[in-house]
Amino acid sequence: MKLRDIAHARSGDKGNISNISVIALDETDYPFLAEHLTAQSVATHFQGIVTGTVTRYELPTLGALNFVLTGALGGGVTRSLALDAHGKALSSALLDLELPNRNRQNNQHGGERP
Amino acid sequence: MHRIRIGSGAGYSGDRIEPAIDLAERGGLDYLVFECLAERTIALAQQARQRDPAGGYDPLLTVRMTAVLGACRRNGVRLITNMGAANPLGAAEATRAVARSLGLDGLRIAAVTGDDVLAAARELDVALEDGGTLRGLGDRVISANAYIGAGPIVEALAAHADVVITGRAADPALFLAPMVHEFGWRMDDWDALGRGTMAGHLLECAGQVTGGYFADPGVKDVPELARLGFPIGEILADGTLLLTKLPETGGCVTPATVKEQLLYEIHDPARYYQPDVVADFSAARVEGDGPDRVRVHGGRGAARTGLLKLSIGYIDSCIGEGQISYAGPGAVERGRLALEIVRDRLALTGVRAEELRFDLIGLDALHGDRRSRGHTPYEVRLRVAGRTATLEEAARIGNEVETLYTNGPAGGGGAWKSAREIVAVASALLPESAVRTTVTLLEA
Repeated sequence: MKLRDIAHARSGDKGNISNISVIALDETDYPFLAEHLTAQSVATHFQGIVTGTVTRYELPTLGALNFVLTGALGGGVTRSLALDAHGKALSSALLDLELPNRNRQNNQHGGERP
Repeated sequence: MHRIRIGSGAGYSGDRIEPAIDLAERGGLDYLVFECLAERTIALAQQARQRDPAGGYDPLLTVRMTAVLGACRRNGVRLITNMGAANPLGAAEATRAVARSLGLDGLRIAAVTGDDVLAAARELDVALEDGGTLRGLGDRVISANAYIGAGPIVEALAAHADVVITGRAADPALFLAPMVHEFGWRMDDWDALGRGTMAGHLLECAGQVTGGYFADPGVKDVPELARLGFPIGEILADGTLLLTKLPETGGCVTPATVKEQLLYEIHDPARYYQPDVVADFSAARVEGDGPDRVRVHGGRGAARTGLLKLSIGYIDSCIGEGQISYAGPGAVERGRLALEIVRDRLALTGVRAEELRFDLIGLDALHGDRRSRGHTPYEVRLRVAGRTATLEEAARIGNEVETLYTNGPAGGGGAWKSAREIVAVASALLPESAVRTTVTLLEA
């Protein structure tokens, strides 16, 4: 299962820092997201692209996570040589991340979802 | 007043004008706000003002004012914008000229100045966020502007300005100011200022909250994007926001569009630093309230830091770039061969670049080649970009891509090149006591 199957995302930029919000399409999936989409898994996914740290902020009232990635924009939006200097497309790259199969996961937790 | 309606007429300098005209004419608005200053825009505007002392404000100011001022006057809508960029007074004079040409006698236009703090920043030799100090940038510095808060805009509204034009103000402050003015919020009512900032943050990118930058066919469909309408924020006296848009416009306002925008360009959602408040979105609630209508509440705030963010524009370097496309069987191999040829020729001819980048668009340009492994694209576009000290040197990079036409692999087409000087932006902090704002009123 891809992250895109259960969440949507948007990237923003400030200097050499990118933030990517990840929002559950269905708020009841938020605990699953929070469990499996960690700062570590995001850092691994962006290996070779993000040179700095990944910090995760939790927004349970929105069913959302916010990831802050330092050293993500080729030295900064205004001086980067990259085609996508703003890192606008990073949100789409993140939605490509593979998550464990949720059905199997839910069965393990009692199969409360179809 | 128990509720006000604020429309957002632009989310960036080059934004569409039709939705703003629609809002001015039939939005039932109290205020129409145009947010037009990106991080680097003001440094570029300062360069424009150095070339023409009467210029340095938003190039679309006259077009926008001509398009909406008549409807704003008819409908009692007051206009707030940062289109003053590097020259708010010049922008106010240009706006007065538009008002006179439209016969809008007596229209009051306020210019807010004082955000240009280059002298103070030099005197204090402010520390740059990424290391070093302002002095270290030497004569490459173009501008230093402080993100000012709602205060001077409120002052202009209290002086009965119909149009308020600022330079570098914090984007949400353009929206917070009318709330403070109408509801009489105290400037130390942190929760109210936090909620108002949250509303301003949601409105400032215009179409990005009404379904723009959202569509993903099959997963997130947005109706009639070509006619995307811009948002209206109805704000209650307690800071609760009802976000909506006009009927018969494209786009959509849903909890999902609102959540994406709420976290746009946010780092720690509990600490969104603004000149007037440290806003806290961490307990925000976003709820559907009917078709294309979303209620947002739960914002909070904490005392402001007393420090203002500075945006320092400086001439960083030059960037040279070239592109050419390959298609059909063997396109990737020919593209790779072409990249190697350019790499070798830049070395052979001694092009002095501090940094070079070699991409095949369609394969690895955005996120490296890991994600496209196993796919063979029908076409690829070679892209070489490099950072140099001079424009002449930068131009040599694009030239070595262009020469692939007659000196490279078979079938290269659509070559393109550019060489440009880069104005970059550095950030710093300045005590608010070092910034003095002034409101100047003109009358048409």
